[in-house]
Amino acid sequence: MQKNKVYPWYFALGSVLIYTVLSVVPGLLGIGYSFTDWSAYSPDLHFIGFKNFFAVFSGENDYLRYITNTVWFTIVTVIAKTGLGLLFAVALSRNIKWKNFHRGILYLPSVLPILVTGLVFTSILNPKTGFLNEFLRTIGLDFLAKKWLVDPKIAFGSVMAVDIWRGTGYIMTLLIAGILAIPDIYYEAAAIDGANAWQRFRYITLPMLRQTLAVTIVLNVIYGLKIFDMVYALTNGGPGHRTEVLYTAVYKMMSKGLYAEGTTISSVLFIFMVIIGYFMVKILTKDEVVE
Amino acid sequence: MVYTTKNKFVQILLKNILAWFASLLVIIPLLLVVLNAFKADGETLNMNLQLPKQWIFSNFSTVAEKGKLARSFVNSMLYAGIGTIITVFFASMAAYVFSRRRTKGMERLYMYVVLGMVIPVNYVTLTKTMLTLHLTNTYPGIILLYMAMQTPFTVFLIYGFVSKIPVELDEAAIIDGCSPIQLYVRIVFPMLKSAIITAGVLCFLNCWNEFMMPLYFLHSSNKWPMTLAIYNFFGQYEMKWNLICADVILTCAPVLILYLVCQKYIVGGQTAGAVKG
Repeated sequence: MQKNKVYPWYFALGSVLIYTVLSVVPGLLGIGYSFTDWSAYSPDLHFIGFKNFFAVFSGENDYLRYITNTVWFTIVTVIAKTGLGLLFAVALSRNIKWKNFHRGILYLPSVLPILVTGLVFTSILNPKTGFLNEFLRTIGLDFLAKKWLVDPKIAFGSVMAVDIWRGTGYIMTLLIAGILAIPDIYYEAAAIDGANAWQRFRYITLPMLRQTLAVTIVLNVIYGLKIFDMVYALTNGGPGHRTEVLYTAVYKMMSKGLYAEGTTISSVLFIFMVIIGYFMVKILTKDEVVE
Repeated sequence: MVYTTKNKFVQILLKNILAWFASLLVIIPLLLVVLNAFKADGETLNMNLQLPKQWIFSNFSTVAEKGKLARSFVNSMLYAGIGTIITVFFASMAAYVFSRRRTKGMERLYMYVVLGMVIPVNYVTLTKTMLTLHLTNTYPGIILLYMAMQTPFTVFLIYGFVSKIPVELDEAAIIDGCSPIQLYVRIVFPMLKSAIITAGVLCFLNCWNEFMMPLYFLHSSNKWPMTLAIYNFFGQYEMKWNLICADVILTCAPVLILYLVCQKYIVGGQTAGAVKG
């Protein structure tokens, strides 16, 4: 059987073409334009070398902070979602009543539009009229009632918290599937040997979950570095760029006509992601059946 | 023995407290939206969990009219529906060829496509590309963008399923005189049904929830999908949380229904990539 005749190359054409034109080409073009003074104010383009990149990394303006904010957002949410997700997954995988109810509810936020979640939380976190502060005042914890999205010190933490609220159930779901794939026999053997709950978790669940954990972390990192909707809806980068992440910054630069700056910080992320992405994709595609 | 049963009881108790606490944390904001969607205008300055004094069902028709939601609903259906169909159609064919022809070249091409799950969009140059192709502010433009964004994951997901279909089937079909297209359409595609449904449901969810592409590339409000419509409605009626909540419910209803009906496929698809049994 001639494989190239039975499985013709043009079957892959549509997907590869559209993906290339609308995803890869803009990314590569972007790197090229990073070396120019492209803007909305002048029709001419000039080659200016690494000037845009120096501008980003010299720290003279806020550009570098948008990148570090994005990285911080990713690190904190990945750790929190993975930790909480693991805790809930262990609690909800076996021997608990109403487990399908809990699982269904916890997963629910991740199917809702991120933007809508953000909008709803602008009301809940409103300092004066928001549900959270009203509730805290009702139970006598007035001192905990903060200006969640307005106070520069805690605004970014609040944004991360909402994102953790949204994404933990999804991680939990993946980890539950991973836990349920561990053969019961291990736990039975451990019980006979007198292992307690912590030991069973530490020496069976955790090592057997390594691949699933790696995948969830990769998926979360990809999600975190590309975050936009959540920040845009909650704070739009404010107060004073404190919560500005890469994609909200690019959106503002675009509307100001600062194309070269926008494409430069996008390209920094693009190059970074392609390099680490190669290893991430290796993790995602690991253990795939190969005949 | 007494000690261990007591210990076990504490464990189960802690587990249940944790589970209910977490579930409540998710339920309360959702309940807040549902209750406030039925309240009268003056009642929702601060959203709370009190039952509406009077259940105002007309909030939904009011918001649908003021926010031009009928139009946006149709738009979202077109973007997500057509986007899903063409993405899954082309991606399944690509995944099939990648999975069956394991040459070095094809494996590299597969990696190249799957890398798309990771690489970020450069919106600045994408804008230029879209302008050059005359796709800005058009229906096909958004649909093709969704296809470009969803293709990598869809190919990745279906690829895993293709390798489970025995190659002997292909050989038998070819010997019986099937052409490559017949082989795919008549033999392979039907066997991929559950993978196709899974990929389709996930693709639809992502396209329906997508906000950034319309924000960048749709300027006329009669082409807006639900997400962009609710964002603008929110800007105009910032204090009218009863109407905004009604809008939230209408925007989320399709994905919620899809979630309830296809939970098996959604969870199955999300975990298929992560858990290799």
